[in-house]
Amino acid sequence: MGNAFRNKDGKYIDYTQILRFTFDGKIYQGYKGDTLASALLANGVHLLGRSFKYHRPRGIVAAGADEPNALVTVQRDHARTTPNVKATQVELYEGLIAESQNRWPNLRFDVGALNTLISNFIPAGFYYKTFMWPRQAWGKFYEPFIRGVAGLGVAPTEADPDRYSQRFAHCDVLVVGAGRAGLAAAMEAAEKGLRVLICDEQNMFGGSLLSNADVQSTESLLQTMEKLHQYSKVTCLKRTIAFGYFPHNMIGLCERLTEHLPNPAKGDVRERLWQVRARHVILATGALERPLVFPGNDRPGVMLAGAARTYLNRYGVLPGKNIACVVGHDNGYLAALELQQAGATIAVIADVRTKPVGRYIEQARQAGLPIRSGMTVTGTGGYRRVRNISVAPIVNGNIDASDTIRCDTVLMTGGYTPSVHLFSQSRGKLEWKSEQNAYIPSQSTENLSSVGSAAGLAGNDRGVIGALPMTNKSTAFVDWQNDVTVKDIDLATREGFHSIEHIKRYTTSGMATDQGKTSNINTLGIVSNILQKPVPEIGLTTFRMPYTPVSFGIFAGFARGDLFDPVRTTPMHSWAIEQNAVFEDVSLWKRARYFPRNSESMNEAVARECLAVRASCGLFDASTLGKIEVVGPDAAEFLNRMYINAWSKLTVGKCRYGVLCREDGFVMDDGVVGRLATDRFHLTTTTGGAARVLAMMEDYLQTEWQDLQVWLTSTTEQWAVIAVQGPRARDIIAPLISGIDISAHAFPHMSIGEGTIHGITMRLMRVSFTGELGYEINVPADHGRAIWEAIYEAGQAHGITPYGTEAMHVLRAEKGYVIIGQETDGTATPDDVGLSWAIGKAKPDYVGKRALIRQAMQAPTRKQLVGLLTLDDQVVLEEGAQICATAANTPPMQLIGHVTSSYYSATLGRSIALAMVAGGRTCYGKTLYVLMPSAAIPVTLTAPVFYDEKGEQVNG
Amino acid sequence: MRLYSGFALLKAGFNGQKNWQSLWRSPEPKPAYDAIIIGAGGHGLGAAYYLAKQHGIRNIAVLEKGWVGGGNTGRNTTIIRSNYLFNESAALYDHAVKLWENLSQTLNYNVMFSQRGVMMLAHNVHDVQVFKRHVHANRCNGVDNEWLSAEQAKVFCPPLNISANMRYPILGAALQRRGGTARHDAVAWGYARAADDLGVDIIENCEVIGIRRDATGAVEAVETSRGLIRTKKLGVSASGHTSVVLGMAGVRLPLESYPLQALVSEPVKPVFPCVVMSNTIHAYISQSDKGELVIGAGTDAYTSYTQRGGLHISSHTLEAICELFPMFRRMRMLRNWGGIVDVTPDRSPIIAKTPVPGLYVNCGWGTGGFKATPGAAHLLAWTMAKDEPHTINAPYTIERFRDGYLIDEAAAAAVAH
Repeated sequence: MGNAFRNKDGKYIDYTQILRFTFDGKIYQGYKGDTLASALLANGVHLLGRSFKYHRPRGIVAAGADEPNALVTVQRDHARTTPNVKATQVELYEGLIAESQNRWPNLRFDVGALNTLISNFIPAGFYYKTFMWPRQAWGKFYEPFIRGVAGLGVAPTEADPDRYSQRFAHCDVLVVGAGRAGLAAAMEAAEKGLRVLICDEQNMFGGSLLSNADVQSTESLLQTMEKLHQYSKVTCLKRTIAFGYFPHNMIGLCERLTEHLPNPAKGDVRERLWQVRARHVILATGALERPLVFPGNDRPGVMLAGAARTYLNRYGVLPGKNIACVVGHDNGYLAALELQQAGATIAVIADVRTKPVGRYIEQARQAGLPIRSGMTVTGTGGYRRVRNISVAPIVNGNIDASDTIRCDTVLMTGGYTPSVHLFSQSRGKLEWKSEQNAYIPSQSTENLSSVGSAAGLAGNDRGVIGALPMTNKSTAFVDWQNDVTVKDIDLATREGFHSIEHIKRYTTSGMATDQGKTSNINTLGIVSNILQKPVPEIGLTTFRMPYTPVSFGIFAGFARGDLFDPVRTTPMHSWAIEQNAVFEDVSLWKRARYFPRNSESMNEAVARECLAVRASCGLFDASTLGKIEVVGPDAAEFLNRMYINAWSKLTVGKCRYGVLCREDGFVMDDGVVGRLATDRFHLTTTTGGAARVLAMMEDYLQTEWQDLQVWLTSTTEQWAVIAVQGPRARDIIAPLISGIDISAHAFPHMSIGEGTIHGITMRLMRVSFTGELGYEINVPADHGRAIWEAIYEAGQAHGITPYGTEAMHVLRAEKGYVIIGQETDGTATPDDVGLSWAIGKAKPDYVGKRALIRQAMQAPTRKQLVGLLTLDDQVVLEEGAQICATAANTPPMQLIGHVTSSYYSATLGRSIALAMVAGGRTCYGKTLYVLMPSAAIPVTLTAPVFYDEKGEQVNG
Repeated sequence: MRLYSGFALLKAGFNGQKNWQSLWRSPEPKPAYDAIIIGAGGHGLGAAYYLAKQHGIRNIAVLEKGWVGGGNTGRNTTIIRSNYLFNESAALYDHAVKLWENLSQTLNYNVMFSQRGVMMLAHNVHDVQVFKRHVHANRCNGVDNEWLSAEQAKVFCPPLNISANMRYPILGAALQRRGGTARHDAVAWGYARAADDLGVDIIENCEVIGIRRDATGAVEAVETSRGLIRTKKLGVSASGHTSVVLGMAGVRLPLESYPLQALVSEPVKPVFPCVVMSNTIHAYISQSDKGELVIGAGTDAYTSYTQRGGLHISSHTLEAICELFPMFRRMRMLRNWGGIVDVTPDRSPIIAKTPVPGLYVNCGWGTGGFKATPGAAHLLAWTMAKDEPHTINAPYTIERFRDGYLIDEAAAAAVAH
């Protein structure tokens, strides 16, 4: 049966290009210009899917984005599988492979259809009333079963290899929808010389014009397109759906670029996200046809009348040969006339209105079509395809005896509903027009206009909404995909769900992948009828983005792999790679964690690196530390207010360790601040804190302290920072340096100066995070690697050893120096971590000062930084382990602290740890217990300094 | 109340499911109540239920500006867990989890609490330290939480990408097996039905516009869009709008309200077995019983009462989802929505008496209120009934922001919750 339902009059079908495709493994033929839906219909295939809950056989209802039933999975290969695609939106290509969904073992015989038999027992929301006993059975039995039955298609199981892209655009006028109204609006704007962007979800412009039979429609469309293309400032985007309306006239578009191609080239962009900011938005989104709600309205072969016209006129496909029409709108007559013209038999036109009058009705009468008015539908027959329809007249409000009429297709129409989705998303106000049976745009909050039928329908073109008079409500579907019937809505209202939001959530009407395009307005009508309240009193569910489902991929765009987040590397990164460094992620940075030699483990490498620093000298890349240049006449005053420390007396050429608190008094960041001139400071921050600190400082400067003349510049990337640490540090760098006397006497610990190293300008700081004699050499980033190598070279004779962040952590822990974010956790005050000495007590104020005088901040039970030594000196504690005063190890325990840092110290030949312990500073020497699942490990509380307690080494 | 059960459903099946009653009545407000709660979300309805059930107060009204469960109860991603760091937090959230475990039976309403496990991913050394600290603290507090290697995490959640080549490779995960999800609407409906059955008046479309205080300063009535209603005990549980309501009684709260977004994909067959959270790269995902991937995004950076967030915020979350689960790039967003969350300076809630006698508040749940629903409700009811806090909510005062006794989970863990 090849294209038995195809004629030669499809206006947008290229009959010269035959395309072969498979559906559920069977090969069919279609033509260029077809959708999967039109091609299947041409082959007489109406059964395309199964419904969500009852697994009822379902066919094609619509011809576009409103399709609720005909969902398929389109497969290119294992990774490029797309579930839940509407067959009405799949452009046919040679070799297309589509599969039906939600059926087992196959589409024709689906075991799940047994659910229909028990439909009386599983009404809307049945799952809230049962599956509660026994308690454990929900998670173990009921839920897995429900989950297995639910869901539609199968998600891809392999990584999607396709690419997605993103683009930002601005325009004077964005026109959404390229039907008659949208094209006219775009043309008018183009003629005024404006920058216009016009988009449409279909593969060609024209909107409903494409579905018309008359020659004029086609010609006017061709002419318009030709003219529009002449304007250079006009951008036309086909296959592009406007899915979301965001504040300030920002519209999200999704452009599909390769879905219609048989073999997209590798690397082609599959879909593109456009974020368009428009001066003015014109919504020409048209209107959606309303189905009718009657018993058996879900059988394959029951279709919207307008959709049938589209299939006939655009694709040259007859949905059937013996057609019954149920109409609540004149459009149904037009469909009947056109189909009759194309050779179909019209079995009946059952008009649900009592006295329909109009142009098409008159034409239908003249054509001799069997019109019956004042009718309702009492049922349809057939299983995998509709075979007959029973219609009955309404007499005095009652359903009279019905006639059963044979047919192979039922067309239905309840009229049109303006597509106000985007308007509503823009937070525009909708207004109910009962003469149109529709919500139409009223006041808008954005600079936009609605045009064409999106703005409202002509005259009193109201059609019908809600359900037709019926007795059997259990097969009258309102939401096809989610299997919501009139009976379900009845039940929901009986159970007290009167708000439309409740009815939606309880019955799931309107929550399927068609997002209620065919169901929402009928649900409102039905509820309005049941509760005997006007529609506006029922409420309206919020229209939410997206208008139609859009791929996650477009939002992720380029953000994958290394582009997921910028990777920041230091100027010495390549050197570290060459030296076989192992890296760790610290905020956006890659930092060398250790430099293993041969087959060293991390612990072995770290031990060697630590010993080298203590014995001779280590070389460390500190470039990731945040750096801020603070300049201006009030720079010192600014730092006074910002840091807990006092800065006024810091002389030029000196550095000081600074601590920064948040407004709530908790330590936020630390670093060294060096004074280069009376009005110029060089600040360092933690690696992770750089952006935060700068933002906080700017925030204060711009909002609280506008009186200060201070300018802040981030210089993090400008300087490469090479830390040379160890007793031989001076010997190594001295020969390379000129312009500064770095002798112990002239350049003591905590000095800063400017000079050159190896001929390159340098800022030299004598600082130490290891407790050893140390320098941090700041050179312009471009020279970082060269200077690093020069120092490394010069240090060879002294056994200079590169070390990474792990050794750095151990070295500083031996000295009890805290790491922000490790010892502190956003709940530690300066005093808690032993830094109260840094507070400038004479200062009138600083960020956090007011908070620090609060009761809780003074409490003696606050956790304080201490050292821990395990009784067994080879046991290394686990960071994060909890501390208790007793060895009792069953919950609940009285927890008094936790281990913050814990290492094996090669220098000391034993393990060491830092911890925060309640009132810890008063308990040195006491034995506490670190609680592990297996045992409570005894530890002795000590001061948090394990090496060189007098601090003599730094002054070497 | 007609009991719900499989048998009742079966029986009803033979008469067309006709005899079910309204879950709750729609009463006209009475002139006075012994207690009034503002906000008919899960927290407010639950508080009314526990007041009636456990404290013998039956003359109660719950006032709701819109419809039952229309606020954050029906807008969240339904994640439930209790593996919080601090003792106070673990006690609070685990109190809730214990109530969750029997909630369907308690309410005779299936809230579909599903203990499918909540797994939190560690992406760097700092994360590992933080999560291990959580695991240790939780164990000592009797809360289940275990550390998994990346490979073990992959076994628990097969779609997870544990490639070392990721931008932020997964170094391990903390798993709370008792954590999971529940059906959010059902929680509101179940509490509403059970409270109504105990005589509680649930009054929808009733906006509070003023709070009247007597000469001593104590609460005496609320002014509403449906008239004046007297009461001497007023509980406020209005999430994002709590500061507005409390302002009517002259109480200023340290709250900021932000839009928070979530989204779901189209439904697919079971593909995602648990809940996965990654605080470092901002991804929160599970799969609903219906088959939709349920994904939570972050808050906007600015305060607002609009129930929608910025596109860049949801995009950022989808970037993270696609990075962790690259097979989901072809999945499609079906619906995106927003709610208004009220955030305190320490990201922990307030469940407490206020300086105004007779006025009680339950707020500041930020992005994590749903998981606490039964616990918060129970504690608010207790506090209102006894005019003093339960030991569990005693630390959650308003005064802690003045005195500095903060319970700073966000600072401690850099964790959204």
